[in-house]
Amino acid sequence: VSLPGAEWSPLLASAKALREGQVRARAVAESSLARARRVDASLAAFISLREDALLAEADDIDRRRAAGETLGPLAGVPVVLKDNILTRGHPTTAASRILDGFVPPYDATVVARLRGADALILGKTNLDEFAMGSSTENSAFGPSKNPWDPQRVPGGSSGGSCVAVASGVTAAALGSDTGGSIRLPASYCGTVGLKPTYGRVSRYGLVAFGSSLDQIGPITRTVEDAALLLGVIAGYDAHDSTSSAEPVPDYLAAARTDPAGLRIGVPREWIAAEGMDPEVLAAVRAAIDAAAKLGMEIREVSLPHARYAIPTYYIVATAEASANLARYDGVRFGLRVPADDLQSQYRATRSRGFGAEVKRRIMLGTYVLSSGYYDAYYAQASRVRTLVRRDFTDAFRDVDLLLAPTAPSPAFRIGEKADDPLAMYLSDVFTTTMNLAGIPALSLPCGFSRGGLPIGCQIIGPDFAEGTIFRAARALEESFGLADRHPTLA
Amino acid sequence: VRIDAKEVLRIARLAHLDLAEEEIARLSAELSSILSHVEMLRSVDTQGVAETFHPLEYGGPMRADDTVASLGAAEATRGAPGGAAGAFLVPRIIG
Repeated sequence: VSLPGAEWSPLLASAKALREGQVRARAVAESSLARARRVDASLAAFISLREDALLAEADDIDRRRAAGETLGPLAGVPVVLKDNILTRGHPTTAASRILDGFVPPYDATVVARLRGADALILGKTNLDEFAMGSSTENSAFGPSKNPWDPQRVPGGSSGGSCVAVASGVTAAALGSDTGGSIRLPASYCGTVGLKPTYGRVSRYGLVAFGSSLDQIGPITRTVEDAALLLGVIAGYDAHDSTSSAEPVPDYLAAARTDPAGLRIGVPREWIAAEGMDPEVLAAVRAAIDAAAKLGMEIREVSLPHARYAIPTYYIVATAEASANLARYDGVRFGLRVPADDLQSQYRATRSRGFGAEVKRRIMLGTYVLSSGYYDAYYAQASRVRTLVRRDFTDAFRDVDLLLAPTAPSPAFRIGEKADDPLAMYLSDVFTTTMNLAGIPALSLPCGFSRGGLPIGCQIIGPDFAEGTIFRAARALEESFGLADRHPTLA
Repeated sequence: VRIDAKEVLRIARLAHLDLAEEEIARLSAELSSILSHVEMLRSVDTQGVAETFHPLEYGGPMRADDTVASLGAAEATRGAPGGAAGAFLVPRIIG
């Protein structure tokens, strides 16, 4: 039987309790499933749950433990996955009608690694269609809702994963981040969310959106849990030619290292950004003061090209998306709208299968790559991308990490930006930059607005500095003292 | 930047999309607005700056060039719409 309050138990503690036999995997799975149904009823966090399979796998963990077998580090711990991560034998939709009926014939590498650690997959979470959005409103299955205020969006595109973790369904989730899709909902929902360095985590089995930008990363309630989960999913994979051979360090040990002496840069352009909510600014300034009190050295830095990140991102990401989404043509998987000839079948299938935002991005990407426009848009954006990355290289000569806001405001109301794509894109003004540069960034809850909405700050590092990020983040998390603050469910 | 209905239809043809009348009007307005925002990139001096198509400066490691088992036709085509075992079916192309 699980104890009262077990829904808020960190991954680290649950894994230990399960490993030592203090609690049965079956009991954890049942209570997690019950909570998933309850949260789903009010906040629409899930696209599908693995009910019978989950319980059978939990029984198997209990049986293996009773037989004295050695179990993996996450044995019996339920985990949820954004529904653009392929699960063998279980539908994966990317929240799109065009993948209707698609059952993947293989597991994503991150899923294989979770299963290898004996974690249990509880279900697949809601997202903006093909991860294209900042609110989860673009899902073909309808919007998810923010657990702190169901009138508001949870952020996106990994909204369902952040809702599940913030509302105590599981301690751990995976999301994907192409322009902020882990960090933005993490900040809106009050969870920890990390976009790792490009190449740190295999993308094999992730439904591709922007292939030079996409990364899978952990969403948890604590920094240590993010460190634990990253350690499980990171590392070289022969199935992904962009995965890195960089060794995977002990992230938990790094998280537990005193951060005193770290040099923290505060980007001048992001602390004085136009349109920034004053409560977000105050919370980020308080985080900077907290870092100083912990013995970190604060310096101002400049990212002069950061202001070009949004236009650069929306050219690069849509160009890559228009190419990646060409594969959805009704021939090999998912939806088919039959027609008399092949070209008509392609068009009929794609026109019915894709939602409005996906069509908009395919159109934009097709335009910027089309003959006569390529150099003015895509090639120029790719050159500006070099300048964006160079800004970070310069900044990291003087500092170890950067501290910045995650989003310009707390969660907005459902529908508030639905009719203005450009306003929606600007929610990602502080996050897309790191995807363009390929560097890691973590969103950490750092305060609440007067209205009770979570506010997140970002800790950003150079390539493969996830350990240093965890080191600063864990100490800051402790100093903020927000760990026991949870949303009340309807 | 002005993306008119004719231009929207040119892009839609390249992208294999059929658009309804109201979609054409909406996309014309939205694409014009987004591309106007993007215009600011033209003012950035990128003389002599190389393109970044990919953030991995070090390049990825190479795997061994060995033959390994893959899905196989039956498994790969199992979920294909309107499919026959081991094949993908498409409308007749040659008359």
